[in-house]
Amino acid sequence: MKKLMTATATSALIAGTAFAGSHGEDVKLGIILGYTGPIESIVAEMGPAAELAIKEVSDSGKLLGGKTVTAVIGDSTCVDASAATAAAERLITADGVKGIVGGDCSGVTGAMLTNVAMPNGIVMVSPSATSPGLSHTNNEDNGLFFRTAPSDARQGQVMSDILLESGITEVAVTYTNNDYGKGLADAFQASYEAAGGKITITAAHEDGKADYSAEVGALASAGGQRLVVAGYVDQGGSGIVRAALDTGAFDTFQFPDGMISDTLIEKFGSEIDGSAGQHPSPSPELAARFKEVAAAAGFNATSPFVPESYDAAALILLAMQAAGSSEPADYKDKIFDVANAPGEKIQSGELAKALEILANGGDIDYVGASGVELIGPGEAAGNYREMTVEGGKDVTVGFR
Amino acid sequence: MDFLNAIVALSNFVLVPAIAYGSQLALGALGVTLIYGILRFSNFAHGDTMAFGAMATVGMTWWLQSMGVNLGPLPTALLALPFGIMAAGFLVLMTDRMVYRFYRQQKSKPVILVIVSMGVMFITNGIVRFIIGPQERQFADGERFLISARDFKQMTGLDEGLAIKTTQAITVITAIIIVALLFWFLNKTRTGKSMRAYSDNEDLALLSGINPERVVMVTWLIVAALATIAGTLYGLDKTFKPFTYFQLLLPIFASAIVGGLGSPVGAIAGGFVVAFSEVTITYAWKKVLGYAMPDSLAPDGLVQLLSTDYKFAVSFVILVIVLLFKPTGLFNGKAY
Repeated sequence: MKKLMTATATSALIAGTAFAGSHGEDVKLGIILGYTGPIESIVAEMGPAAELAIKEVSDSGKLLGGKTVTAVIGDSTCVDASAATAAAERLITADGVKGIVGGDCSGVTGAMLTNVAMPNGIVMVSPSATSPGLSHTNNEDNGLFFRTAPSDARQGQVMSDILLESGITEVAVTYTNNDYGKGLADAFQASYEAAGGKITITAAHEDGKADYSAEVGALASAGGQRLVVAGYVDQGGSGIVRAALDTGAFDTFQFPDGMISDTLIEKFGSEIDGSAGQHPSPSPELAARFKEVAAAAGFNATSPFVPESYDAAALILLAMQAAGSSEPADYKDKIFDVANAPGEKIQSGELAKALEILANGGDIDYVGASGVELIGPGEAAGNYREMTVEGGKDVTVGFR
Repeated sequence: MDFLNAIVALSNFVLVPAIAYGSQLALGALGVTLIYGILRFSNFAHGDTMAFGAMATVGMTWWLQSMGVNLGPLPTALLALPFGIMAAGFLVLMTDRMVYRFYRQQKSKPVILVIVSMGVMFITNGIVRFIIGPQERQFADGERFLISARDFKQMTGLDEGLAIKTTQAITVITAIIIVALLFWFLNKTRTGKSMRAYSDNEDLALLSGINPERVVMVTWLIVAALATIAGTLYGLDKTFKPFTYFQLLLPIFASAIVGGLGSPVGAIAGGFVVAFSEVTITYAWKKVLGYAMPDSLAPDGLVQLLSTDYKFAVSFVILVIVLLFKPTGLFNGKAY
């Protein structure tokens, strides 16, 4: 046994030195998303999108003079902060990743950032953490945290506009009891009430339960023209909708990003006709382009946060190229430069071209799959797709 | 008219869901209480036995559906139930043979068996996820509603709708039949009597020539049947997802303890006490009171005693109160 261990260690050592000595040194990039847990059906599409951007850069052979990039995957579980922290710890200390695409849900993202990324000085770019609580306006994040998804403060405003424009002035709100749900519900309440809308009740629900009759009973009693469900489609959100439909408490719903996916339509179909929703999503032109890019890789480009995932990985790698170094301390200041004007506009699928321009000392304005424009403390300004359910189908109303 | 509306709203959001939920809890608590009474330990693996039995039923239901077999308006799962019970029976007999029997022969303390049952719980948990996966599974078919809210409104002309799901009706009817059968079995048959004798005094039962292994086997089989039926009914009424059964463990134990561990009648009463308290205490009474009271007295606020966040806390408060003032439970269970 001892011999075997020694042999293994030696060969690993030899392999390691041989690898380091070769010309194409390897850059590792972590992807920490909720591969299991409440949003696993959304992440199933997000993960491959981030990996696609990494592969594109790696295959081009133009990153930092020909380095390859490999993705190291970790599971954030979306809800379990200690599991997410452990995953981030492992990726940074054991695998030596130079940046992290993730986390996904706001609660675990905050935990990973403060417990692991900041002490180790690693850049995190989240494609889907949308809690307003993560807007670090006073540089509490040491300039290490960015997100390609907009803050929920903005989504609350958009949702409020959509409801009021369709003449709905009284709603009941239920939210999943975590950073995401609470943040969104608060942001929505602030905008909606300021614009003259009335919220009859704001009730939290816990995920992972099968019985929501008590919650729906309270919501129904308060009443309202529509029920706003700020939850997750794989979790309590669907349970609430099911119970509300069964008891006839509400017929139509307003869905924010955590609820909109194919699963929602599969589960409820025409039962939720007349319901509406909104989620961060790029304009049709960008979407069409990204769809082509995604088709080759075999994932669904229109699922929520998929373009943002591609962009999150791309931004990190482009910033490395612009800084001429894969060290987070060097490239963190370049993320803004590559994401925003001035410079040549870069669409999805054009990462090789972008690397080329940067290598020659040029400047780029990364548009990517979701139309990235970073504002304030490093978060996307956001483009929202407004959808409605008609005849059991997801119909796009417009973009705002 | 307003008074009728109040009653309908109350039935729709409180009575009907609570009765169905209470029946499911009662069936689950019966299983826990039987194990406690006869095998003398708290079986934490019960929730996952429910998941396993329900899983087998779901698998069989899918097969039947693919063969084109169905029960018309009733869910096909009822047809698959015996198969699920057999599978769960096989599982519990295997675990008894491989795990519990060893500790029984050692005359281990109940607390050791409790820990052992937690180990069994985690393994069963894993097996279920391994076979069917962690996702939600749909297996309900047949008519969804006995009366849907919309039809009820049209029929009666009332403002409030009353929805009764087929699965809710089936749950309650099945629970009544099962409980009646169980009591008949325990009180009238020879095997049932020997089980009760074994539960009352093990040594005396052994002296009277009762075969302990047989009593244990029958108990496990009954528990497997109860668990599978409870699990399947719960899955039919809500949705099948392995994790929810693990969470059901808390209210089930609360029910069994409130009623008095070891007392079958207590388990049933406890199930309903827990279900009703969860729903009524967190219900917002605004609508019902708005109908029932004259306009001048109609409340503006929600009239909600506790926010629904505290749903689980309610069962535990009841549990604490019962344990403080009547530690043997409402129906004088056993306390070892």
